[in-house]
Amino acid sequence: MKAKTADKIATGFIYAISGIVALILFAMLSFILVRGVPHLSWHFLTSPARAFEAGGGVGVQLFNSFYLLILAMVISFPIALGAAIYLNEYAKKNYFTAIVRTAIEILSSLPSVVVGLFGFLLFVVQFKLGFSILSGAIALTLFNLPLLTRSIETSLAQIPDLQREAGSALGLSRWETVLHVILPAAVPSIVTGVVLSAGRVFGEAAALIYTAGQSAPALNFGDWNPFNISSPLNPMRPAETLAVHIWKINSEGIMPDVNAVSAGASAVLIIVVLLFNFSARKLGTKLYKKLTSS
Amino acid sequence: MTNPNFEFKPASDFIREDAPERYIYNMASDKHEIAISTHDLQVSYGDNLALSEGDLEFERYKITSLIGASGSGKSTVLRSLNRMNDDVATVNGQIMYRGVDINTKNIDVYEMRRHIGMVFQRPNPFAKSIYDNITFALTQRGNYTKEQLDEIVETSLKQAALWDQVKDELNKSALALSGGQAQRLVIARALALKPDILLLDEPSSALDPISSAQVEDTLIELKNQYTIIIVTHNMQQAARISDYTAFFHLGKVIEYDLTRKIFTRPKVALTNDYISGNFG
Repeated sequence: MKAKTADKIATGFIYAISGIVALILFAMLSFILVRGVPHLSWHFLTSPARAFEAGGGVGVQLFNSFYLLILAMVISFPIALGAAIYLNEYAKKNYFTAIVRTAIEILSSLPSVVVGLFGFLLFVVQFKLGFSILSGAIALTLFNLPLLTRSIETSLAQIPDLQREAGSALGLSRWETVLHVILPAAVPSIVTGVVLSAGRVFGEAAALIYTAGQSAPALNFGDWNPFNISSPLNPMRPAETLAVHIWKINSEGIMPDVNAVSAGASAVLIIVVLLFNFSARKLGTKLYKKLTSS
Repeated sequence: MTNPNFEFKPASDFIREDAPERYIYNMASDKHEIAISTHDLQVSYGDNLALSEGDLEFERYKITSLIGASGSGKSTVLRSLNRMNDDVATVNGQIMYRGVDINTKNIDVYEMRRHIGMVFQRPNPFAKSIYDNITFALTQRGNYTKEQLDEIVETSLKQAALWDQVKDELNKSALALSGGQAQRLVIARALALKPDILLLDEPSSALDPISSAQVEDTLIELKNQYTIIIVTHNMQQAARISDYTAFFHLGKVIEYDLTRKIFTRPKVALTNDYISGNFG
C-alpha cells in the first residue's frame, strides 16, 4: 500500500473514532436534557422534595450540593495546594517522595463507594459526626484531594524553570519565588483545575450516601445561624444532595411523578456540571490576561 | 563505514615545538584589582567531575569571556560563582569575594546573589508588568518610596538601553516584549539590585543578530561600573566585547589571557584549534 493511501485510511479511522466519542457524549446529553428540561421551573428548583405526592422540587438538594461542594473545597484546596507545592517545588527524588506520590495515586484510584463507607465508619460512627454535611465534606475531601493535588502540581510544573532561576538569581528565596512568581503565574491553570474538580465533586453520589445521608430535612431559608438545626448553614444536619437524590428516587421513590422529578433533577445536575466545565476554561483565560497584564 | 576522503590529522601536526600545554595569565603579579576569584574549585555532578580547574581570578570592571566547547565546564564555573549550582552539583573549594569565602554554609546566599547577579541564556522575565519586573526583588527586601522606585526603574532601564522603547508602557506585561527587549529587561532587572558582578550565561545566543548586537553594546556600556563575566559560544562576540578570555576544555582552563592575545597569538595549540573552528 502506498504511504499516502495508508495515511488517508489511518486519518479517516482516527476521525471516525473521535466522532463516535463526541457522538456518544452528545447523545447522552441530549437524551437527559430533552427528557428533563420540560420539567424545569422556578418552583421545581426552589421547593423542597415531596415523598408521597406529586409536585415536589429539588430546592433543598440543590442547595445542599452547593454547600457541600463549597465546604469540601474549603477543606481540600489548602491541603492540595500545600501538597502540590511540596511535591513540585521542594521534594527531592527520594524514598519519602516516592511513597507520597504512590499514596496519592492509590488514593485517587479508590472507588468512591469505598471512600464513602470508610467515611461512614470513621466519621459518622466513630467520631459521632452522624449523617451530616461535615461527614460528607470530609469524605468528598478524601475523594477530591488526590485529583486536585495532581491537577495543581501539573499547573505548577507548567511554569518553566527559567522563572525559578530568575527568582534565585535575584536573591529571592525559594519560598518568595514560589509565592510571588510561580503561584501567580500558575493561578489561571490552578483555577481551571479547581473548577473542573468542583464539577466532578458536584456530581458525586456514592461517597455521600453513607456520610451526608439520604434525607433532606426542610430548611428555613430565613435562619442563617449555623447553630440552629433548621438553618441551611448548619454543618451537622443530614443533607441529601442532588446526585444522591437522583439515585434514591430511582431506587425507592414512591411519589407519583417520580419519573418527572428524576429526569428534571438529572437535567439540573448535568447543566450545572456543564456550566462548571465551560466556565473553567473561560475563567482561566480571563485570569491569565488580567494577572500578566497582557 | 570509513570515509576514504576524510584524512585524520594527528594532533601533533598542530602543536608547535615550543607550545605549552596550558597558559594562565598571572593577574596578581600585574597588580590588577580582583573582583572575584576561586581557589581549589572542583565541581561534580554526581560522580561526574565537571570542573577540575582550581584557581581563577577575574579582574574588576572588565569583561571576561569564558569560551570552550559544550561540556567544557565554562557554564559550570559561572553558575558556581553565585552558587546557582547548589542544588544540582557538589561544589568544593573556595570562592573569594571581598575577602570572604562565599562557598560556605553560613553565607546568606540570597544576600550574596544581590551582589553577584546573573542573566541566563533565554530571557526569563516574570509574568508581571515591566515596572514590577524591575522593582519586585527590591521591594521584597527593603522599603522604597514610589519616587525612589521610579528612579531605579528609569536608571536601570537606561543602563540596559531599553528605556526609550518602553518608557510609555511600563505597566504593560513583560511577556509582550520581543526577545531582545526581554533580555535587556532581564539585565535591567539584575542591575536594579546594584550588583558588583554580573554573570551572563550565553545571554545573546537565543537572540537574533540585531538584538544580540544591542545586548553587546549594553554590556560594553556597563563595564565601567560592573565586573562582567560572560559565557559565550560566539567567538566574534568574545573578541568584540571582552578584555580577557578563558578557554575551557574538559573541565580545565587551557589558556587564560588578554582577549587580543588569545585571538591573535594563542600560546597553546588547542586554543588555536578551537578559535579557528577545528573542533567544538
